[in-house]
Amino acid sequence: MDSNFDFNWEAAFQSIPYLLKGIPFTLMISFGGLAIGFVIGMIFGLMRLSRAGWLRWPAIAYIEIFRGTPVLVQVLFIFYGLPQLLGGPINAVVAGIAAIAVNSGAYISEIVRGGVQSIERGQREAGLSLGLSRTQTFRYIIWPQGFRRMIPSLGNQGIISIKDTSLFAVIGVGELVRQGQIYIATTFRALEVYLMVALLYLAITLTLSLLLRLLERKGLVGQ
Amino acid sequence: MSDRTVDSTATPIVKMEKLNKNFGSLHVLKDVDLSVTPGEVVVIIGASGSGKSTLIRCINGLEEFQSGSLEVDGRRLEPDGRASKALQQIRTEVGMVFQQFNLFPHLTVRDNVTLAPRKVRNASTAEARRTADRLLDRVGIANQAEKYPSQLSGGQQQRVALARALAMEPRLMLFDEPTSALDPEMIGEVLDAMRELAREGMTMVIVTHEMTFAREVADRVIYIHQGEIVEEGAPEQVFDDPQHERTQSFLSRVLTH
Ligand SMILES: Nc1ncnc2c1ncn2[C@@H]1O[C@H](COP(=O)(O)OP(=O)(O)OP(=O)(O)O)[C@@H](O)[C@H]1O
Ligand SMILES: [Mg+2]
Repeated sequence: MDSNFDFNWEAAFQSIPYLLKGIPFTLMISFGGLAIGFVIGMIFGLMRLSRAGWLRWPAIAYIEIFRGTPVLVQVLFIFYGLPQLLGGPINAVVAGIAAIAVNSGAYISEIVRGGVQSIERGQREAGLSLGLSRTQTFRYIIWPQGFRRMIPSLGNQGIISIKDTSLFAVIGVGELVRQGQIYIATTFRALEVYLMVALLYLAITLTLSLLLRLLERKGLVGQ
Repeated sequence: MSDRTVDSTATPIVKMEKLNKNFGSLHVLKDVDLSVTPGEVVVIIGASGSGKSTLIRCINGLEEFQSGSLEVDGRRLEPDGRASKALQQIRTEVGMVFQQFNLFPHLTVRDNVTLAPRKVRNASTAEARRTADRLLDRVGIANQAEKYPSQLSGGQQQRVALARALAMEPRLMLFDEPTSALDPEMIGEVLDAMRELAREGMTMVIVTHEMTFAREVADRVIYIHQGEIVEEGAPEQVFDDPQHERTQSFLSRVLTH
C-alpha cells in the first residue's frame, strides 16, 4: 500500500533549535504587552466604574474600540499606519507589544471592572465605617479580594494574548510562527514544523496554566 | 439600666432634626428628630421596610439625606453627602456592626481588627496588635486570632466584627440587626457582648428584633413606622403601655411569637 503518511520525525526534531529562536520574541511580545495591558486594564477598568461621565465614557469608548476590532488589524495599523503619522518606522517588536497591550488592555479593563464589582457592597461599607478613606478601602479591602477573583480570567486573557502573537508573523517579527515559516521555506516540511510550532505554544500556555493554578490555590486561603 | 447613668443635660452626640431621606421617589425618612446623649442606649424597633437601617446609616453617612440637619459628635453632616471631610472624621468616632458581619475575608481575625487603627490612627503594628488581642479576649475569641473569618461560626464572626469596631475606640456604636443573620443558639453570645458594652457605658444605637434584650438594655425605645417616629420612651413605657395603635399592633405581632 502506498501510504501518503510521510511524517519525518527527524525533520521535526531538527526544526526545534531553529524554532526555539522564536520563543524569546513570542514571550517578550506577549508578556511585555500583557504587563502594559494590565496597567491599562487597571486604569480603564476603574475609570469604567467611575460615576463621573468624563472618566467613564472614554473608558467605554476605548474598551469597545479595541475589543471590537481584530488584533491583526490593530497591529497592521500600528506597524504600517502609524509611521505615516509619526514620520518614521516603528520597530516590529515594539508594534507587536503595543498591539497586545492595547488589545489585552481592553479585555483586562472589563476583567478588572467585573472583579471589583463582584465584591459585596458590605465590604466597602465596613471599610468606610471604620474611618478608612475611599482610597484606603479600595487598596486594602476591595482590590485584594477583587484581584483574587480576577486571576482565572487574567490567566485566560494571558493565554489568548500569547496565541495572538502568532499573527504578528505578518509584520516580520521573528516569533515562533515566523521562524516556522522561514524554516519550512527551505525544508518543505510543513506538517512536522507546524506540529512542533503548535507543541511549543502548548508548552508555553500549559506552563502558564499550571502557574496560575498554583497561584489560585494559594489565594484560596481565607476566602 | 440600673448601674448606668445618663446625663440628659450633656451635649448630645447625635442631633438629628427634621431629617428627610428619599430613595428616588420613595420617601423613606420623614422629618425624623433624634437626639442621643452620651452613655445612652437607644433601641430602634419597627416593621421590615420602615426605615430603621436607613436611619442609622444616615448617622455615619452610609446613606445621604436630602434635607434636615444632622450633627454627630459635634460635626455637621450636610445633605446630599457634601462635606466629606467631616464625614470621615465622624466615621473614625462612630463604630458600626452590620447584620451580615462584613468581616474582611482575605484578612485574619487579628488583621481585621488591626487594619483601621494602623491605617487611620497610625497605630504601630505592635500597639494595634496589643489592642486587638485585648479586645478579642474580651469578646471571647482570643485563641482564634490567626484564623480567617470563614473558619469561625457566625456568632464568633459577629464578635470579631464588634472587636474590630471597638478597636477604633468609638464614642458611639451603631448596630443594625446584629443577630438577625445568626443561628438561634449563637444569638445569646453576641447579645452578651453587647450587654457588657452597654454596662461599661458605651453610647449605642441598636436596631433589633430582640425585644427581651431591648427591654433589658435600652434607656429609650423608638418605634418607627413608614419612616416616621411614632412613639418613643423608656422601655417599660413603650412595651407595656404603648400609646399609639400602630405601636400596639406591631408589638402584639412581634411579642406573640
Ligand atoms: N438602596 C436603596 N435603594 C432604594 N430603596 C431602598 C434602598 N435601601 C432601602 N430602600 C427602601 O427604603 C425603605 C426602608 O428600608 P430600610 O432598609 O431602612 O428598612 P428597615 O426598617 O431596615 O427594614 P428591615 O427590617 O427589613 O431591615 C424600604 O422600603 C426599602 O425598600
Ligand atoms: Mg434593616
